[in-house]
Amino acid sequence: MSMQLEQSPTTGDDVITNYTINFGPQHPAAHGVLRMVMELDGEIIERIDPHVGLLHRGTEKLIENKTYLQALPYFDRLDYCSPLGMEYSYVLAIEKMLNVEVPLRAQYLRVLFAELTRISNHMMNIGSHIMDIGAMTPNLWLFEIREDCLNFFERASGARMHSAWFRPGGVHQDVPLKLLADLGEWLDTRLPELFEDAMSLVIDNRIFKQRNVDIAVVSKEDALAWGFSGPMIRGAGIPWDIRKSQPYDVYDRMEFDVPVATESDCYGRFMVRVEEVRQSAKIMKQCLAQMPEGPIMTADRKVGPPKRAEMKSSMESLIHHFKLYTEGFHVPAGEVYVATESPKGEFGVYLVSDGSNKPYRCKIRPTAFSHLQAMDFMCKGHMLPDATAILGALDIVFGECDR
Amino acid sequence: MPVLHSAPRYASNEGVIESLATALGAMLVSATEQHGEIVLTIARPEIANALKLLRDEHEYQQLMEMAGVDYPSRAERFEVVYMLLSVTKNHRLLVKCTASESTPVPTVTTLWHNAGWLEREVFDMYGVIFAGNKDLRRILTDYGFEGHPFRKDFPLTGYVELRYSQEDKRVVYEPVKLAQDFRTFDYMSPWEGSDYILPGDEKAAPASPPVEQKKTTDSPKDTGADKGADAKAADKASAPAPATDAKGDKA
Repeated sequence: MSMQLEQSPTTGDDVITNYTINFGPQHPAAHGVLRMVMELDGEIIERIDPHVGLLHRGTEKLIENKTYLQALPYFDRLDYCSPLGMEYSYVLAIEKMLNVEVPLRAQYLRVLFAELTRISNHMMNIGSHIMDIGAMTPNLWLFEIREDCLNFFERASGARMHSAWFRPGGVHQDVPLKLLADLGEWLDTRLPELFEDAMSLVIDNRIFKQRNVDIAVVSKEDALAWGFSGPMIRGAGIPWDIRKSQPYDVYDRMEFDVPVATESDCYGRFMVRVEEVRQSAKIMKQCLAQMPEGPIMTADRKVGPPKRAEMKSSMESLIHHFKLYTEGFHVPAGEVYVATESPKGEFGVYLVSDGSNKPYRCKIRPTAFSHLQAMDFMCKGHMLPDATAILGALDIVFGECDR
Repeated sequence: MPVLHSAPRYASNEGVIESLATALGAMLVSATEQHGEIVLTIARPEIANALKLLRDEHEYQQLMEMAGVDYPSRAERFEVVYMLLSVTKNHRLLVKCTASESTPVPTVTTLWHNAGWLEREVFDMYGVIFAGNKDLRRILTDYGFEGHPFRKDFPLTGYVELRYSQEDKRVVYEPVKLAQDFRTFDYMSPWEGSDYILPGDEKAAPASPPVEQKKTTDSPKDTGADKGADAKAADKASAPAPATDAKGDKA
């Protein structure tokens, strides 16, 4: 757009043209290494060209060179804010090809910790979204919850973030009883206290609303055409949740609600995530109440390793253990696409097997790819500072986006 | 086979292939169901039309993902796979077509907005060209990158590495130098899957050269072994262990 001479207070005869700026790749509100080439008309965004791939590590190629089990820890390193959510799709894809039955306790444990992952992921996202808008305190409070979550992961798997705890056929180790008891107590006391305290600062805050309400409104049709999923599609008013409509493990035994936003703006997406935290806590409580005793790994020794003690006395177990950790298991030839509801949306794994012990091709569907692609269309016509609010409400992590 | 796994359970596949086969007609090359997934292979020139038909008349509203796969042994080495999702029928579908480096695939950016980046990624990683995609730039690899890294003939280590050069005050590219050889582990059992020669097996090769010199047992005269040598060998080479006194103290 050109500005007329008489309307332009500062310049002479020059016609002001659009200018282009770089947002990132080192920008605190870019949630990682995102470079956005922005074309601005004054402070209004005309066009955004996100440049991704600065964190591309070729994970999919690396996976092709590893056995199925060795490739598992790569998934923790995709979306490092919700590692178990990433592992989930991968182990389910392998289990689908092997058609292996997972013991009930392992299914409950996986659902329990997948929901804990969702809480810890949303703490990160909600907190940083608020901080991008300009509020400091809630983020610090929410990180206290996230710290609790990471401690629980550590007590279950030994690692705070990169757990590698979900395994094809079950989970790696059983959890101590005290951990489950502590989780129950945490869900009843600490989580609601801290979380609702932090939310009471934000939800009705005038400044927060001014920055989010009516920003980046997405219609239902657009959400479908842009391939939205997870909180983004629910934020656009479509009640679509893979946990509900295509249940995996024991999600069909859980009672929970799927929150849907009525106004499909940034505030709506934010509120969907807030409610999802409460629903996750509800699912976790049901898991704790219903979880049976029993094995945590499939009894099929061609997939699941034998117990350590068994190995010491049984030759067959020793052989199985050796074969599993050197050659690994062979997966029947074919291809599957398995998608689960990760905290950020539909996280899918397209696995092609040629019958050997290594994946022939493992395509990872990142949630961020479709969402970030819509940045241009969502930001168009908004002010420059709105871009950070929109980006915050997208919930993007570049380890996953760039793979 | 009964379903034992607990992967996401969506609507039944029953009758889907039949109904879609009649709808797609000649566009369909083959349709299979394996591991509970329906895979439709479509003739490449018709892929956009087929996907439009699936979206508009069979309620597969969302294109969730696109994947390239490389099969170097085939005449058309690449496969482009489209993952469709129907949120109304609660069903998933894999649709694919084949392509080579020189045969462009019709774009589906006209059907789904998010196909733009997905096609860019397949192009970047495999070099498949999409006819009609106006913005077919590289997406994940570096600015100025050459080659298509996910092809099976592209080495895992790549060709170049980069570092910051203190002299030039910029990042420079250099050929990859590995401090340690790249190790490929072959875990396949040599009784089952290996197609290589095990270390040591090359000695058993049938075409061994004929023996020129006859090897006979050496006489003691040749080797110098006799009674004198035996006696010398029996000599203690080193001093005996130090004796300890009754108290156990070392001298």
